Amino acid sequence: MKIVVCVKQVPDSEAKVTASGGLISWGEAPLVINPFDEFAVEGALLQREAHGGTVTALSIGPESGKEALKHALAVGADDAILISDPALKKLDTQAAARILAAAINKIGSVEMVMFGRQTLDDGSGITAAQTARVLGWPMLGLVGHITLEGGSIQVSRVIEEGRQNVKAPLPAVLSIVQSIGEPRYPSFIGIRKAAKATIPVWSLADLGAPAPSVVVNRTDLITPPSREITCELITGDSPRVIAETLVDRILAEKVR
Amino acid sequence: MKSLVYVDHFKGLVQPASWEALGVAKSLGTAIAVVFGTGLDDVCNTAFEMGADEVLLADDASLVDYRAEAFASTLVSISTSQSPDLILLPTTTRTREFAAMAAVDLNTGVLVDLTGLVSEGGQLKATRPIYEGKLAEQVVCSGKPVIATLRARAFPRPSGDPSRTGKLSKVPARTESPTSLVGYEVAEQALSVSDASIVASGGRGVSNNPALTPPSGLDERGTEIWRAQQGFKLIGDLAAILGGAVGASRAAVDGGYIPYSHQVGQTGRVIAPDLYIACGISGAIQHLVGIRSAKLVVAINKDAEAPIFKVARYGVVGDLFEIVPALTEAFKQKRGK
Repeated sequence: MKIVVCVKQVPDSEAKVTASGGLISWGEAPLVINPFDEFAVEGALLQREAHGGTVTALSIGPESGKEALKHALAVGADDAILISDPALKKLDTQAAARILAAAINKIGSVEMVMFGRQTLDDGSGITAAQTARVLGWPMLGLVGHITLEGGSIQVSRVIEEGRQNVKAPLPAVLSIVQSIGEPRYPSFIGIRKAAKATIPVWSLADLGAPAPSVVVNRTDLITPPSREITCELITGDSPRVIAETLVDRILAEKVR
Repeated sequence: MKSLVYVDHFKGLVQPASWEALGVAKSLGTAIAVVFGTGLDDVCNTAFEMGADEVLLADDASLVDYRAEAFASTLVSISTSQSPDLILLPTTTRTREFAAMAAVDLNTGVLVDLTGLVSEGGQLKATRPIYEGKLAEQVVCSGKPVIATLRARAFPRPSGDPSRTGKLSKVPARTESPTSLVGYEVAEQALSVSDASIVASGGRGVSNNPALTPPSGLDERGTEIWRAQQGFKLIGDLAAILGGAVGASRAAVDGGYIPYSHQVGQTGRVIAPDLYIACGISGAIQHLVGIRSAKLVVAINKDAEAPIFKVARYGVVGDLFEIVPALTEAFKQKRGK
């Protein structure tokens, strides 16, 4: 079972993200593996533990951007590949999907590709589905549980209305959600191993892929007006008095 | 501008943001509603009431249950025959996926989870939150059609005109899909936290009612969950009197108190209700991300230092087991007037 898990590095969730002159900055905040991708890595490791095989972490980014891959290695991925090319500075989701699909084809004999449900930065949550479409493989989105049987996979998809269970042949592309299990922490040995690992860097030429065309372009960045909220604490002699005062305040806001 | 609007539904129950999308399409020109599945007369009629100029129905049994490939291919086929300028969909778990796949076939882009969409000299300019809503970006798509999914409750919902009717046409489905349905485990909550205009939410604190005596024979974890469920009953009562939905923090979901479909926050649902009542929720950053767009936040927590009070307009430092039932009672009385 050869599993590829696609990861991205993003500024830590606690970071203060600002825009200025069309550029996004997150100050001194560390870059970390996209938290949603941790579930994908966990899902991949669980499948490897159950069925054997290998887990390869795959990412697109600048050469400096290996934190997400190192995290995947530290928690147990067998190897990691970074796709990096000056021509990939500007990407939209479909361009990223075409590059990832080319890399997955180059890796070869891959049976499962796993993604997190979305990234913290762009947040579109559609690269997995587009990669599946480019590859021509089944797309199994928002997977919370996986059962493998012969050459087919059955998954439980976490949707608005509950869960939808579906079956498909392998190879397949999956996006993994939290129900898969709590992501494991890197071990001390894992961190040492990841720090020493040489992560191969593939260029577009290595992939034999042309620079993909980009159709979605950002024209402006907007900093939402910060909402200065002062909390008015409601007090009173009894829960009843507090509740009545609070209801009066809420109704006065005319929220409904 | 000619738009197709995909009406997303689960077993005939429409995601209300579909109508918001229809309203946006109407404001831009011609709006053609697209409906997948069988036995959907009511859905088609409502589409006309909500302003659809025409309804295209892919009336095919194989589209009753969502499968990404069949839905994507059917949308591509309709788009190819209709040549719209724009395809609008409400943002749901389904639409994100199959709209993205259709965009690959049509070699165009998808603008996901928009909070704004305007036409300037024929060019569509979209606004969408990025970095968990810390920033917003304006984006354009040079492909055609432009495909866009709209965030629930970010656009006005048309009021609807029950006398409106229109032309209903059947269109062929493209049903090939490698995935097959095994079954559903449907959540009990009728109104999802994403659609509700009022959400009453519980956190870890709901399991801490010292006044309760748990039934005998439960182990420690069983007792905790039993306690939490009593707490969520109070929150459920409050939500019910307000016609709202019950939400939960990740701590409550991880604790096994309530199913994942209720979870609000970064790893659950990002919501934009008019009123959010947080009960026994401390307000971890991941939770606050999920309620950033709530119009009015009210917090009830024992700990005056809880971060939730930093985003709340009104707060009560107190015992939720006393305050929440009193709040339910007070709403019952005051709204009755």
